[in-house]
Amino acid sequence: MTTDRPTEETDHDTDPVPWTFWDRPRDRWLMAEHNCNTWPRSLLLEVVARVVFPTVLILSVYLLFAGHNNAGGGFSGGLVAGLAFVLRYVAGGSAELAAMVRIRPPVVIGAGLSIAIVTALSPAFFGEAVLSSAVWSLHLPLLGDLKIATNLFLDLGVYLLIVGVVMDLLRTVGAGTELGGPGLDEETMERDEVERT
Amino acid sequence: MTVLVALPVLLPLFAAALSLIAGRSPRVQRLLGVGVLTAIAAIAVVLLLETDRNGPVVLQFGGYAAPFGITLVADRLSALLLLVSALVTLAVLIFSIGQRITDYGRQTASTAFHPMYLMLCAGVSLAYLTGDLFNLFVAFEIMLASSYVLITRRTTAARVRASMTYVIVSLTSSLLFITMIALVYAATGTVNLAALPAKIAELDAGVQSSLALFMVVVFGIKAALVPMHFWLPDSYPTAPAPITAVFAGLLTKVGVYALIRTQTLVFIHDASWTVLLVIAMLTMIIGVLGAIAQNDLNRMLSFLLVSHIGYMLFGLALFTVLGLAGVILYVVHHITVQAALFLTSGIITRHTGTVSLQAMSGVAKAYPLVAVLFALPALSLAGIPPFSGFVAKIALLQAGAAVGTPVAYAVTAAAVVTSLLTLFAVTKIWVGAFWGKVAEPHADPDPTDEVTVGTGSTSKGMLVATGGLVAVSVLIAVFAGPLAAMSERAAADLLDGGAYQTAVLGADGGGR
Repeated sequence: MTTDRPTEETDHDTDPVPWTFWDRPRDRWLMAEHNCNTWPRSLLLEVVARVVFPTVLILSVYLLFAGHNNAGGGFSGGLVAGLAFVLRYVAGGSAELAAMVRIRPPVVIGAGLSIAIVTALSPAFFGEAVLSSAVWSLHLPLLGDLKIATNLFLDLGVYLLIVGVVMDLLRTVGAGTELGGPGLDEETMERDEVERT
Repeated sequence: MTVLVALPVLLPLFAAALSLIAGRSPRVQRLLGVGVLTAIAAIAVVLLLETDRNGPVVLQFGGYAAPFGITLVADRLSALLLLVSALVTLAVLIFSIGQRITDYGRQTASTAFHPMYLMLCAGVSLAYLTGDLFNLFVAFEIMLASSYVLITRRTTAARVRASMTYVIVSLTSSLLFITMIALVYAATGTVNLAALPAKIAELDAGVQSSLALFMVVVFGIKAALVPMHFWLPDSYPTAPAPITAVFAGLLTKVGVYALIRTQTLVFIHDASWTVLLVIAMLTMIIGVLGAIAQNDLNRMLSFLLVSHIGYMLFGLALFTVLGLAGVILYVVHHITVQAALFLTSGIITRHTGTVSLQAMSGVAKAYPLVAVLFALPALSLAGIPPFSGFVAKIALLQAGAAVGTPVAYAVTAAAVVTSLLTLFAVTKIWVGAFWGKVAEPHADPDPTDEVTVGTGSTSKGMLVATGGLVAVSVLIAVFAGPLAAMSERAAADLLDGGAYQTAVLGADGGGR
């Protein structure tokens, strides 16, 4: 199963991609036969990670919305979503992470922080104290009555911030292990090399 | 008006976020940084005028009243320090941009520097404006977390070793800080600075003084008071010049500010506090003796920084209006002068390629402008009239003499001696670095790290930024009259504390 890609450029840093393509996967859904990495891989882990991934993300969104008056919130939702990415990373390394999103982690962090601060400051334009919140009641077809508190936007900002931080951590802290495969020391590498030849 | 109190904290955070998004565009990052810091300076001026005319400006976050909500308070002291800090951070940012353009060209972006620097500014602003102990902790953490990044960027093994000292000491002090907050909360049931004095006054004298001492230790580590100063000369000099300048100028002073705020507002001291006076004397003398023994320019300036923290503690320990007014003047003077000295030292090492005083010579002949930029703040630091240091020192000495106890006289004498020894130390720098034959610059020992030295290239931005800071320190001396009057009003506010508490809690004391 391949997806249409706007360009075959691998170096997306120099090549600006239209924003409508930013969330499009850059690789095949299952990379099993394409991945040229040499470390031992677990097919089971990779497949399970991909199957579980959307479920975990939906749970994180649930936590984000439930946070207003239940357990949850932007921080825990963001952490759960981050864990979903950690799972994919553990299964497939940074190629796996890069295949999912092409937005750079600092941009995610920046966007989250911006949303949070704009939410904090916006009550000042209505003459309220900074960080005050308001509640809208809406009646939607299908969903019924819906109450939206402006705190949700603050939580959304925090959510994005945490997801961005986790992805940035994976990218930067993980860079060292990438050199020799995920978590392999040189001795194991050499042994594998001998076994293969 | 109340939203103005939140802006110095939220604007730099917002700019840091946008700066992260614009990580590929150095131009946008520079404009954001300079624009936001200029805006904070303007806001600080408005806040200063407003607080001076109508008393403290208070913002209750989300409309939840103190002592239950989160409070931001701007009074005369915090608005004044906010203004000076904004000017210094702005000058250092311009210096740093100038240095970056000289070294790497106009087009190189740095992903981490601008966002982290703006975060640091947000932390400093929050520390000045916060109305409760816990947010003071948050402010310190924001400041420290970004300072860890700034001090270890593009670093070498030697600098990582030096930064480790800094990180470990800072983490330890954060641990003590949070423990102290827990103890205060356990004893009083509140962390709101305005609600604390009444609760603290109900406690045993023993508990009161142990909490007060605990706070002196916690903030003393940040401010580098003498038994807790050992980390500073080890870690600061290794960072790039602009980073050292902002750390030396601001971070230690934030510790001093926290000391002043807690000891005057939360605890009631009727007379001068002998323990603090003795620590002040030790800090002054040991700091300046350490400075004289150094051969490294930056280490010497760091020891002088420690020594002059003693002056601020001296004024605070007297607990008189005159003493506190002297401290406020001294903090304002010292932030600008110390930052200017470290920036100039950065320019000097770029010309000479070394920080060793023995190895450099003839800077005055080769670069007369740099010599002027060094001489003015150096003389001011030593307290030579008519510079700002003289104005601040004379205020402190008068306050010390006015108290008139034997200990106060002894510390006053120590302050005079320290002043003379400071003059000796800066003369040593002058003789070593500025006089003599023009020497060839030494080669950069490690061209791969962030600190580029020995190239002899300085851009206009760096000189303008340093010159601006020196000009500010001269202006402090020129406007010494109004500034001293303002400091005296701020000091009277601090000792009284009533206006602050009424502004935060309301006239009925917040339903206590």
